[in-house]
Amino acid sequence: MKTTEQLEHQLKRHSKAAKLEIWGKFISFSALLLIVAVVVAIIGFVASKGLATFFSNHVSLWDFLSGKSWNPGVTDAHGKPEVGALPMIVGSFLITVLSAIVATPFAIGTAVFMNEISPNKGAKILQPVTELLVGIPSVVYGFIGLSVVVPVTRAIFGGSGFGILSGTCVLFVMILPTVTSMSVDALRAVPRYYREASLALGATQWQTIYKVVLRAATPGMMTAVVFGMARAFGEALAVQMVIGNAALMPGSLVDPASTLTSVLTTGIGNTVMGSLQNNALWSLALVLLLMSLVFNLIIRLIGRKGRLQ
Amino acid sequence: MFLSNDLTQNTEMLERHVVQPTDPQHPTILSTEDLHVYYGKKEAISEGDLRFASNQITALIGPSGSGKSTFLRSLNRMNDRIATVTGKIMYRGVDINQPDIDVYEMRRRVGMVFQRPNPFAKSIYDNIAFALRLRGVTDKHVLDEIVETSLKQAALWNQVKDDLNKSALALSGGQAQRLCIARAIAVKPDILLLDEPASALDPVSTSQLEDTLLDLKQHYSIIIVTHNMQQAGRISEYTAFFNQGRVLEYDTTSHIFTNPQVQITSDYVSGNFG
Repeated sequence: MKTTEQLEHQLKRHSKAAKLEIWGKFISFSALLLIVAVVVAIIGFVASKGLATFFSNHVSLWDFLSGKSWNPGVTDAHGKPEVGALPMIVGSFLITVLSAIVATPFAIGTAVFMNEISPNKGAKILQPVTELLVGIPSVVYGFIGLSVVVPVTRAIFGGSGFGILSGTCVLFVMILPTVTSMSVDALRAVPRYYREASLALGATQWQTIYKVVLRAATPGMMTAVVFGMARAFGEALAVQMVIGNAALMPGSLVDPASTLTSVLTTGIGNTVMGSLQNNALWSLALVLLLMSLVFNLIIRLIGRKGRLQ
Repeated sequence: MFLSNDLTQNTEMLERHVVQPTDPQHPTILSTEDLHVYYGKKEAISEGDLRFASNQITALIGPSGSGKSTFLRSLNRMNDRIATVTGKIMYRGVDINQPDIDVYEMRRRVGMVFQRPNPFAKSIYDNIAFALRLRGVTDKHVLDEIVETSLKQAALWNQVKDDLNKSALALSGGQAQRLCIARAIAVKPDILLLDEPASALDPVSTSQLEDTLLDLKQHYSIIIVTHNMQQAGRISEYTAFFNQGRVLEYDTTSHIFTNPQVQITSDYVSGNFG
């Protein structure tokens, strides 16, 4: 009888290990809780501020999204404040899509070279180079853009040199390492036996890359491109330095323009909290936040589709 | 205890015993001469001179790490970027282990099926048409016909003829492996190399695969690496026993299994090690 009791006592007692287990769970759960709380708080804060434009200042959502004139301190002929965000939305999308279009072929080419054609050189030279590119602060990119890209654009196309083209050039270099390293991951995830099967059937290495490896890696590659786009969409400082910051509909790629982020960084210090000018900027931030969520959603959808295949 | 007894009783056994096939009905189609394979500085194959008879099945057996898969992969230059292969690989009188050989054309003639069924994430039809399309075959009728005959030869046609456009990834392991065989024979190779093709399959699929291989023997010369002693016994005419990178014994399968001349072979085929 006594042994049974002893055993029960031993089995039921909270050992040191069991207590540690509870502690571990508690700590990791609180970390999770904190992060969730921060995310919810950010979304809630930006939303409350951003929506104030529509609820407190009674700007119509349609005017905000489709208006072409941005000058929140001024009212137009109808007595409505000029808070048309379309030029910035167009600017942001244009610069994002263009830089992704330019960066993708280079990124895929580099990734193919690093992973398929010359893995040794890729690991020794290109890997450190791409990692270095990721680490360069965006203000340095912006400064180089300002002192190199803008004058070159000015020399070739005339005008001031500031504009979407210069912004695209700078963003292209900035998102290239992100897209490249994620494309390398996508290629690495393609099982080796796919390549072997193709080679054993007498396919050349290029045919194998083109017909088998890239096909299998397509979902991963698309994720890489969307990640790059998300980064381009959210980049503020470097873009602000080269785009010209004119809140106008861009007439051409070399006219000064602006993006959501560049208007935010230039404007947020010059407005008073609670004023329409300030709220309108928060509305831009809300658009930015929602777009980031959309990019995230797209990445998730692609990932799910890739798994199903 | 047992093992040491055997060893003392059979002191007259040979260290190495290689009898190359000489059947005039089945002339040599592929042979290796002075073949050495190195991974970096490590020698993986040091003694592997074999002749393979046409339209016969030759089994390569031996314990794990004995070099039989390395040897097989060297035969169609699949080791090119992985290992250094020296010596000659004579295919119908041509040394295919020379730098100026077009390995892509050579691999069409010397096809390979791998241990793990590895269909592409494409339809059954496109899997088989893959290599043909790479070679510029685009005529739908020609493709249809080759897909059908290849699937029939691999004994898969009746099971998939209505599902040719379905993904090959939905096939069972045994079906997928036979699809891989159909894919390999679609380009009409001369020689078929199989690297433990049944090791991932259940017994029923394995036996179906073996029947298929026996049928394929009429058209192709088959070299198969296998871990399964019974399988080698059931389907092959010749068997080579590998150990530590060397071919220790090569003879007709019946000799290897009933009257091995080398002690280690005897231990291996009787299940005492490996």
